[in-house]
Amino acid sequence: MVTNPLTRNIDFSRQPLDLAAYEKSGGYHGLHAIARGLDPADVLDRVKESGLKGRGGAGFPTGLKWSFVPMGEGAPQQKYFVVNADEMEPGTFKDRLLMEGDPHLLIDGMIIASYAIQASKAYIFLRGEYTDSERILRKALAEAYERGYLGKNILDTGFDLDIIMHTSAGRYICGEETALLNALEGKRANPRAKPPFPQVSGLWGKPTIVNNVETICNLPGILAWGIDWYRSLTKGNDHGTKLFGISGKARTPGCWELPLGTPIRELLEVYGGGMRDGLQLKGFLPGGGSTDFMLPEHLDLNLDYDDIAGAGSRLATGTLILLDDKTCPVGMIGNLMTFFSHESCGYCTPCRDGLPWVDEIFREFERGNGTHKDLAILEEHVDYMGPGKTFCALAPGATAPLGSGLRYFREDFERHITEQRCPYKH
Amino acid sequence: MSAMSGKVIASTALPSDYLSEEEIAEIEHERTLYPDTRAVGLEALKIVQKQRGWVSDESLLAVAEYLGLPVAELEGVATFFNLIYRRPVGKNVILYCNSVSCWIMGCDQVREKVSEELGIEFGETSEDGEFTLIPVPCLGDCDRAPVMMVGPDLHRNLDRQDLGELFSRYRNNQD
Repeated sequence: MVTNPLTRNIDFSRQPLDLAAYEKSGGYHGLHAIARGLDPADVLDRVKESGLKGRGGAGFPTGLKWSFVPMGEGAPQQKYFVVNADEMEPGTFKDRLLMEGDPHLLIDGMIIASYAIQASKAYIFLRGEYTDSERILRKALAEAYERGYLGKNILDTGFDLDIIMHTSAGRYICGEETALLNALEGKRANPRAKPPFPQVSGLWGKPTIVNNVETICNLPGILAWGIDWYRSLTKGNDHGTKLFGISGKARTPGCWELPLGTPIRELLEVYGGGMRDGLQLKGFLPGGGSTDFMLPEHLDLNLDYDDIAGAGSRLATGTLILLDDKTCPVGMIGNLMTFFSHESCGYCTPCRDGLPWVDEIFREFERGNGTHKDLAILEEHVDYMGPGKTFCALAPGATAPLGSGLRYFREDFERHITEQRCPYKH
Repeated sequence: MSAMSGKVIASTALPSDYLSEEEIAEIEHERTLYPDTRAVGLEALKIVQKQRGWVSDESLLAVAEYLGLPVAELEGVATFFNLIYRRPVGKNVILYCNSVSCWIMGCDQVREKVSEELGIEFGETSEDGEFTLIPVPCLGDCDRAPVMMVGPDLHRNLDRQDLGELFSRYRNNQD
C-alpha cells in the first residue's frame, strides 16, 4: 500500500527515474487506462470523488474547477491545460522538489488532466530561475515524446497532446492564474477581470485550466490506486497527502510528504527536530508569506484546510515559516511588506500606493522613528487593502501577516516606539 | 520616459542585419509553439538577451520590427519582467534572495559580505564587469537558506560558504 504517492520515487542521491523506471514503478497507469477506454467524464468523476483540492494556495476543489470547462460537440476545438510551476511564494519550496525529484510524475498527471478536459496543448509555466527543473523536465519530455506518450494520436486513442516548456521572465504576480495567462501571451502580467473565468475564456480566449504542480502530481495515484485508497491516506478531513515544509530556525528544516491532518506539532518536533537550542517558537506562518500568523498555542491543531482556517489563517502552500523569540517580528513583517510592495503589478490603487506606504512605515520603525499614529495607519491599511477591495489577491495576501502580526505582536511594535529602536538589535 | 528617450536609433538598417542567423532561427522556432506573435515577442527578447547579455534599444527595435510588434508595447513588456535586463549587466548575474526565510537566516549580513567582496551594492555591476548584484524573490530552497544564484547555478547555505573562493571560480571561468 503506497502511503507517499508524491515522493515515493524521489531520491536525490541518484538521478530522477527515467521513463522506463518510472513506468516500472507503476507510472503512466492512467494513460494506459485511457488507452483501454476510460473516457474523459470518468476521469473527471474520479478526481471529483477523490476530494482533491488545489495545492497552489487557494485550496479550490480540482474536480469542480475542471467541471466548468465546456465539453462535447459544441465545445471550442482548442482548449489549453497550463501548469503553474511559478513557485515564488516566500518560504515555499515544494514544487521544485517534485519537478527535480520525479519529473515523469508531473508529465503523467498533465496527460491525465489534459485528457479530462480534452486539451491538445499544454504549457508548463516554469519559473525562469528554476534552471535545474527546466533541464530535468526537458529530458523527461523528450523521453515521453520518444515513447509515444506525447504527440499525435497517443497510443491509438485519437487524443493528441503537445507539452510546451515555457520559462518565465519573472515577477511574483505571474503566480496569479490570469496574470500568468497574460504573461504566457507575451503581455504585461496584470491580472484579468473575472468573469469570464479561464475555464471558459482563458489562454487566447480559449477554455483553459491552470493547476499547480503538486495538485497535478496527485492525479496519477488517484487513477492508479483508486478513490478508496486516496481517501484512506489522510488523518483528517481533507483527502490525500501533501508536501509540508519548515524553514526558519528549526534544528532540521526540510520538506516532507505527510498525510493531511497531521498535527502541526508533529511536523515541527518530529520532522523539523524542534527549535534550535536556546530558541523558543514565537509564531509561524503556516503556508507561505501571504498567510496569517499562528501562535505556539495552535501547535496541536492539524494540518488540514478547515483546522487552519478555524485559527484565522490558511493552510495554503503548507510550508511553515518559523518566527523564533530572538528574531524581530516587526522586522519579519517589514521584510514581507518590502516584498509585496516590490511585487505589486501596479494596476490597482490600494495595492500600488498602499503597499509602498506600509513598507515605508516599517522602515521608520526599523530606524526607531515609529509612532502610535503610524500604527493606526498600518491598521487602516489592513482594511484598505483587504479582501474585496483590490483587483486580485496580492494585497489581501500582504494584509494577512500584517493584520495578524499587529494583533499578536503588538507589544513588539510598542517597544519599537517607546525605546525608539529595534529591541532585538544589540 | 524610458531608456528609449534621448537617443535616435538608425531605423534604416533591417532587423535581419542586426539579429544573428542563430537568433532568427530560435525566434522562428518559438513561432511554432505559440499561436500569436505577441507571445513570441517576449520569447525573442529572452533569446536576444541570452546571446548578448541584455536587451539594448537596438535589440528591442530589431525584435519589434522583425515580428511586426509595436515598439512601445514590447518596451512595456520588457520593463515589466525582472529577468529582462534593459541595462548592461556583468558576465555573471547574481540573483540574491532577500525574501523572508532567507532574511530570518541572516541574508542581510551575508549580503554585506557579498557587497564587500565584489565592491557593489544591489543594482550595480563590479568594475571588472564580472558581476551584477540583483535582489530576487524567494528562490524556493528555503530549508537551505540563505541562497543565491550566480548565472544558472544555485548556491545554498551561504552563511557557511567561502564567498571569496566561490566568486573566484566564476572569475576564472573564461568561456
